[in-house]
Amino acid sequence: MKDRSIHILNFVGLGFFEPAIRLVTGEEVKKNMIVLLKKMFLPIFSIGMFLIVWHSGATYLYTVEKNARIEKALEDRGEVAAQEMKACIESGDISCQPNTLPSPAQVWTAYQSLLADHRVINQKKAAFAEKVATTNAQREAQGLVAIKYTGRPSFVDQIFTSLKTVFAGFLLALFIAVPIGIMLGLSETLRSSVNWLIQIFKPVSPVVWLLLVFMIVKTLTKNSDSDSSFIISFISVGLCSMWATLVNTSMGVSSVDKDYINVAKVLQLSVGQKVFKIILPSSFPLIFTGLRITLSVAWMVLIAIELLAQSPGLGSFVWEEFQNGANDSNSKIIVAMFVIGIIGFLLDRIMLTIQKFVTFTEETA
Amino acid sequence: MAYIELKNVSKSFGTGQARTQVLSNINLEIEEGEFVAIVGFTGSGKTTLINLISGLIMPDEGQVLFKGEPVTGPSHERGVIFQNYSLLPWLNVRNNVGMAVKEAFKKMTKKERNKRVEDYVEMVNLSPAINKLPKELSGGMRQRVSVTRALSMSPEVILMDEPLSALDALTRGNLQQEILKIWNKDKKTALLITNDVDEGILMADRIIPLKPGPKATLGPEYKINLERPRDKTALNHNEEYRKLRNSIIEYLIQIGEQRASKKESHYVLPEIKPVIKPAPFKKMSFS
Repeated sequence: MKDRSIHILNFVGLGFFEPAIRLVTGEEVKKNMIVLLKKMFLPIFSIGMFLIVWHSGATYLYTVEKNARIEKALEDRGEVAAQEMKACIESGDISCQPNTLPSPAQVWTAYQSLLADHRVINQKKAAFAEKVATTNAQREAQGLVAIKYTGRPSFVDQIFTSLKTVFAGFLLALFIAVPIGIMLGLSETLRSSVNWLIQIFKPVSPVVWLLLVFMIVKTLTKNSDSDSSFIISFISVGLCSMWATLVNTSMGVSSVDKDYINVAKVLQLSVGQKVFKIILPSSFPLIFTGLRITLSVAWMVLIAIELLAQSPGLGSFVWEEFQNGANDSNSKIIVAMFVIGIIGFLLDRIMLTIQKFVTFTEETA
Repeated sequence: MAYIELKNVSKSFGTGQARTQVLSNINLEIEEGEFVAIVGFTGSGKTTLINLISGLIMPDEGQVLFKGEPVTGPSHERGVIFQNYSLLPWLNVRNNVGMAVKEAFKKMTKKERNKRVEDYVEMVNLSPAINKLPKELSGGMRQRVSVTRALSMSPEVILMDEPLSALDALTRGNLQQEILKIWNKDKKTALLITNDVDEGILMADRIIPLKPGPKATLGPEYKINLERPRDKTALNHNEEYRKLRNSIIEYLIQIGEQRASKKESHYVLPEIKPVIKPAPFKKMSFS
C-alpha cells in the first residue's frame, strides 16, 4: 500500500510527498526528516518569504499612493480637504482608496468574492433553467432552438472557456504538427524545401497570427452564425504553439538510432511497419517534449489572444477588470494571474505523466 | 560452388579527400554448414564485412554471392546478431522476438507464433524474463535475446558481429558454450567476427585474420581440426591448440607491427628545458 502510493506519486510528479508518507509509517525517521525538510518545508518557507516581500512591497506602494493623494488634495483644495481625504482613506471607505498593487490579504478576499459570485451566478442559472424548462420543452417539440442563459459568465466559467480554447488549439496543433513533422522527418528533400518557411514563421508573434487568422476566418464565416471569436482564438493558439512540436517531431523522426533502422532492414519490415513500429516509438520522447512545450506555449499565448480577440475566457476577464477600474479590480487581476500560473503548472504535470506512460526510457547500461 | 562467396570485394566510405577504402580485394568462400571466424583488430573493417554479407550495404567493386545469387539486400535467410544487441527498448523480450517471428513466418497463426517465441526464449533460458524490457536485463541476457531474435527466424546463415565483445569474461564463456550448443543442433552455416583468437579457435572450423584497414584484406586461413565438442579448460593443455593459437597471434602481431612501421611520419621533439620559476607567493612561516 505504502510503496504503491509512493510509486504513483512519483509517477505523476508529486514525489515531494514521499518523505511525508515514509515518516508517517515510521520509516528511517532521521533521514526522512531531513528529506522532508528539503523537499517540503523549504519550498513552503520560500512561498512564505515571497508573501512577506509581496506584502511589504504592497504596503510601501500603498503609502506612496496615499501620501500623493493627500498632497494633491492639499494643493488643489486646501488644508481641510486634505484632512478629510486622510480620514476617508484611514476609515477604509471604498470611494477614496488608493489604487495600487493589492496586498496578499486583499487578493485572498477578491478570490473569495469571485467564488461567491460564481455561486450566485450558478443559482441564477439554475433558477433560469427551471423557469424556461416548460418553454424549452415546447420549443423542442416544435423544432426550435432552446433558450439559453445569456447572463454574465462567472470567473470559474471563464476558466473553463479558456481551457476549452486551449485544448481545441492544442489538438489542432497536434493534428497539424505531428503528421507534418513525421513527413518532414522521413524525407530529407521535403525537410530542406520547407525549412526556410518554418524558420520564418516560427518566430512570428501571437498577435500577428491572430490578425492573420482574423483576416481569413472573417471572410470564411461571413454567412454563418457560428461563434467566430472562439474559432479565431483557438486557431491562432494552435498556429502559435505548433512549431515546437513540428520541429521536435521532424528532428526525432530524422534522427532515429541507426541500429534500429538496421534491425528494420534485417527483419525486412515494410515501410508502414518501419514507420509505426520502429521510427515512431523511438521518436516518442522527442515528440512528447515538443507537445509539452506546445501546451505551455498555447496556455501562455491564449491569454494574450483572448485579450485581443475579445473572445470569452481568462484573458478577456483580465482585460475587462483592468478597464473596469473598480476598487477590487487589481486584486481580481492578481487572482487571475495565480489561477493562470497554477493551471499552466498542472497542465505541464499532466503532459509529463502521459509522457511517462507512453514512452520508453533509455537503456541505462 | 561455395555457399557464400565474396569476389574481389572493395568498399570505401566518404567522398573526395576524406574517402578511405575500408576493405579492398576481399575474397572469401564459406561452405554450407561451416563455422568460420574472422579475427581482426578493432577498426579493421570487420563490421563493414558483415554488413556487406548481410546486405545492409553494397560493395563498390566485386560481388557478394549467396548460394550463387548476388546479394541485393537484407534477407531472412541471413540472420544477423549485432554487436550492441540492437533490441528495441520499448518492446519487451516477447515482442522483440515476436516481431522477427511475425516477419519471417507471415502465414503462421498467432498461437503458433507465440509458441515459437516461447520455445526459442526457453532455448536460451530466458523464460522467466520474457515479459521484461531490455533495460531490465543484464548485458549477457540482452545478447541472448538478440541471439534468439536472429535464430527464431530460422535463417540459413548466422552472421555474428562481435556478439560477445561487450560482455565480461565469465558471461562470455557461458554464451560461447550456449551458442555452440545451439549451432551443434542443426549445424547451420555461421560466420563469427571477433577480436578474440581464443574465442575463434574454440568455436570455429576455420579462422581467417583480417589485416588492419584501411584497405583491409584477408590473411592466410588457419584450419582448426580440434574435435568437437571442445572444452575450454581441456583445450589449454592441448598441444595442437597451443601451436595454433601461437601461430595466429604471432601472425597478428606481425601484421600489427607492419602497420605501425608503415607509418613513416616520425615526430621531432623540440628541445625544451624546464624553467623553474620562483613561486609567486612566499610561504609564510610562523616560527
